[in-house]
Amino acid sequence: MDKNKSVKVLQGNEACVEGALLAGVRFFAGYPITPASEIAEGMAVRLPKLGGVFMQMEDEIASMAAVIGASIAGSKSMTASSGPGICLKQENIGFAAITEVPCVIVNSQRGGPSTGLPTKPSQGDVMQARWGTHGDHPMIALAPSDVNEVLHITIKAINFSEKYRTPVMLLLDEVISHMREKVNIPTREEIEIIDRKKPTVDKDNFLPFKADEDLVPPMANFGSGYRYHLTGLVHNEKGYPTSNNKEVDQLIRRLTNKVELNKKDIIIEEEYLLDDARVAIVAYGSVARAAERTVKLAREKGIKVGLLKLVTLWPFSDETINRLAGQVDLIIVPELNLGQMAREVQRAAEGKCRVIPYGRVDGELINPVEILSKIEEESK
Amino acid sequence: MNNSITQYFRKEMFPHIWCPGCGIGIILGAILRAIHSLGWEKDDIAMVSGIGCSSRITGYVDFNTMNTTHGRALPFATGIKMANPSLKVITVMGDGDCAAIGGNHFIHSARRNIDITAIIINNMIYGMTGGQYSPLTPTGKFGSTAPYGNIDQTFDLAALAASAGASYVSRSTIFDVNQATRFIKKALLKKGFSVVEIISDCPISFGRINQLRTPVQMLEWIKNITVPKKVWDKLSEEEKEGKFPTGEFLDIDIPEYTERYQETCNRIQ
Amino acid sequence: MDKKNNIKVYKNEKTTITVNENWCKSCGICIHFCPKKVLVSNEKGFPEAKNIDDCIHCNLCELRCPDFAINVKKNEIAVEHSVNQKGLED
Repeated sequence: MDKNKSVKVLQGNEACVEGALLAGVRFFAGYPITPASEIAEGMAVRLPKLGGVFMQMEDEIASMAAVIGASIAGSKSMTASSGPGICLKQENIGFAAITEVPCVIVNSQRGGPSTGLPTKPSQGDVMQARWGTHGDHPMIALAPSDVNEVLHITIKAINFSEKYRTPVMLLLDEVISHMREKVNIPTREEIEIIDRKKPTVDKDNFLPFKADEDLVPPMANFGSGYRYHLTGLVHNEKGYPTSNNKEVDQLIRRLTNKVELNKKDIIIEEEYLLDDARVAIVAYGSVARAAERTVKLAREKGIKVGLLKLVTLWPFSDETINRLAGQVDLIIVPELNLGQMAREVQRAAEGKCRVIPYGRVDGELINPVEILSKIEEESK
Repeated sequence: MNNSITQYFRKEMFPHIWCPGCGIGIILGAILRAIHSLGWEKDDIAMVSGIGCSSRITGYVDFNTMNTTHGRALPFATGIKMANPSLKVITVMGDGDCAAIGGNHFIHSARRNIDITAIIINNMIYGMTGGQYSPLTPTGKFGSTAPYGNIDQTFDLAALAASAGASYVSRSTIFDVNQATRFIKKALLKKGFSVVEIISDCPISFGRINQLRTPVQMLEWIKNITVPKKVWDKLSEEEKEGKFPTGEFLDIDIPEYTERYQETCNRIQ
Repeated sequence: MDKKNNIKVYKNEKTTITVNENWCKSCGICIHFCPKKVLVSNEKGFPEAKNIDDCIHCNLCELRCPDFAINVKKNEIAVEHSVNQKGLED
C-alpha cells in the first residue's frame, strides 16, 4: 500500500474537516449547534496549526459575516451549522450571492421547523438550501451519502465556490455527520484544487464585476492593490449601486446563469442499474444508501429497479430526470421530508411517468425494506 | 479643491446622496483628514459599513470598501482583519445600525479587543427609513414611531464599549469637528478595538419632528446638549439631564486579538 | 451646462475661498458659524465670500461643510509674509 495514503475511521463531520483543509480552507467561523459542532471543534484544533483562523463568533449571523469578510481578504472560508443556525445565516448568504464571494456553508440537517427534533436526521432543508435567502439568486447544493463521500464532496463544494464565486451549501444530516466509516484520505496531489480567478488587467482598468465568458468575474482580494467597492445593493460592473433597469436585469440574470449554464460541470449524479429498470428510485444523502440496498433486494425478487443518486441537488438534474421518466414506468422519491424533491422530480418528469413521493418525518431513517414495500404496493 | 481630502474620493460618485446639512459628510471629512495626517496608503485600508445613510460612506472613498448588511459591519470587518491582519480596518456605523440590530456584534468586538476602529455616526434616529426612534434617541424626543415621545431610557454606547473591553473610547460632535478629527486619529493609531461616537444631525428625520428644522438649528442644539467630560463630572444629576459628555473616556493598552491569536498559533505550531 | 462655471473663486491678497456650487446644497452651516461673518448667502443660496478681508483662515467653514464644497486657502505670498513677520518677532 502507498505509504502516503492514509486510511482512517472518521465521523462524517471529521471527514468534512479533512476535506475542507485539503481543499485549502484556512478560515472557519461558527457557533455551537448540534449536530454540526464537531466540524467547528475539528477546525479549532487544526486551523491554528496550519496558520489558518478559527473563530467562534457571537452568533450564527456573525459567523456568516466573518466567513464572507475573510474570503474577500483572500482566505478560502467555511462555516457549519444546522437548521436554526442556517435560518439566521440566510441574509448574509444572499449578500455572498450578490457580491459573488466564495464560501461554503455546511448544513447538518436535523428535524424542523424551529428547534424541531434535536437531534434526529432530516432532509427538510433542501428547499431552504435553494431558496432560503430572498430574491433570485444562484445556489449550488451538494449532498453526500457516506462518510468517504463527505470528504470528496466537501472538496468539490470548496472548488465550486471558488470557480463560480458563489456560496455553496453542503447538505449533511445528523446520521451522515455522526456515522463513523472508513475513509481513504487522499494526498494533496491526488485531488484537484480550484482557486478563484485573479484579475489580469491593470489596476486602473479593473472592473470588479465585469464577467468573463463563463459569466464569472475575476476576483481581487482586499489588500491586493485592486481597490473596489462591494455592496449588497444591486450594482453595475464598476461595483457601484445602480437602479438602471438594464444594469439590474443584467446582474440578476448573470448571477443565476453562471450556475444554470454551467450545470454540466456542477451536476454530480450516479446511476445504478438503471439500464433495464422499470422502476427508478431517485434519492440523495443518507437515503440513497438505503435505496441502493432496495435495488438489490428488488432484483433478488425479480423486480427491475434502478437508482439515480443525486449528489448535486441544486442546480437540479432536470435533463436526467426527464430522460429517466421517458424510460421507466414509475419513479419513487424516498426522502426525509414530505416530498420537497419529489415535487421537483414531478416537475422535471413532465408527466412522462408516475412520480410517487415517499416521505418520512418521524426522525427515523428510511430503511431499504420500506422503500421496497412502497414499490411493490405501487407496482400492483 | 482641497487635494488632501479629494485624493481619497471616488470622484464620479459626487455630489453625494446625503441631505443638505447632513453631518455624515462632515464626519467623512474628519475621517479622511485623520487618515491623511497619518499618511496611510489607500491599498492598506479596508472600510466596512452596514446599512442606513451612514453606510453609504464606503461608496465614496477609494479604499477597499464594503457596504454590508444591517448591523453586521463589525463581523464582516472581523473576518477581513483576521484573514489579513496587515489591513487597517475601519467600520462606519449609524446609531441604529450599531446599537440596535448590531448591538451584540459591538459588544463582542469590544470584548475581543480586535484591532478595528469603529466610528459611530449618532444622529439619534433612523434617517433613511424616515425617522423612527433608535436606541440612541434621547428619552422624550420624538420619532415617527415615537409620536408621543420616546419612553426608552437614553442609552450610553460609549460607556457600553468601555465596559465591554475596548481599548479606546471617545465621543465628539460634528460641531467640534477638529476634536472629532483628533479623536479619530487617536482611534486609528490604537492597537485594539477603538470607538469614536460622533453626535451628528439629521435635520430631515430628527430635526423636523423635534422642532430643529434647519441644519444650523441642529448644530446649535448639538453644541448646547454636549459638555466636556471635565465639566460633566462636576454636574449634579439634575444638570446632567438631557446632556451628553464629550471627550476621551478610555485610552488603555491591553492585549489585542489578532496578536493573541498569532501567539497561540506560534505556541502550538 | 458648463460645470466649470459653477466653481466660484473669491480672492484677495491673503486668501482664496473656492465654492463648488455643483456640490453645495445650501445648508447654511458655513455662513452661520463663520466667526468673522465672511460669508453671505447669494441669490441662489450658495455662500459668497463677501467679507473675505475678514477671513482668519480658521477653516471651520471647510471642516464643517458636509458637501466638500468650500475650500479656504491662505495665499502663498501671504504665507511667506507671515512667516517673515514671525521671524522678525522672534
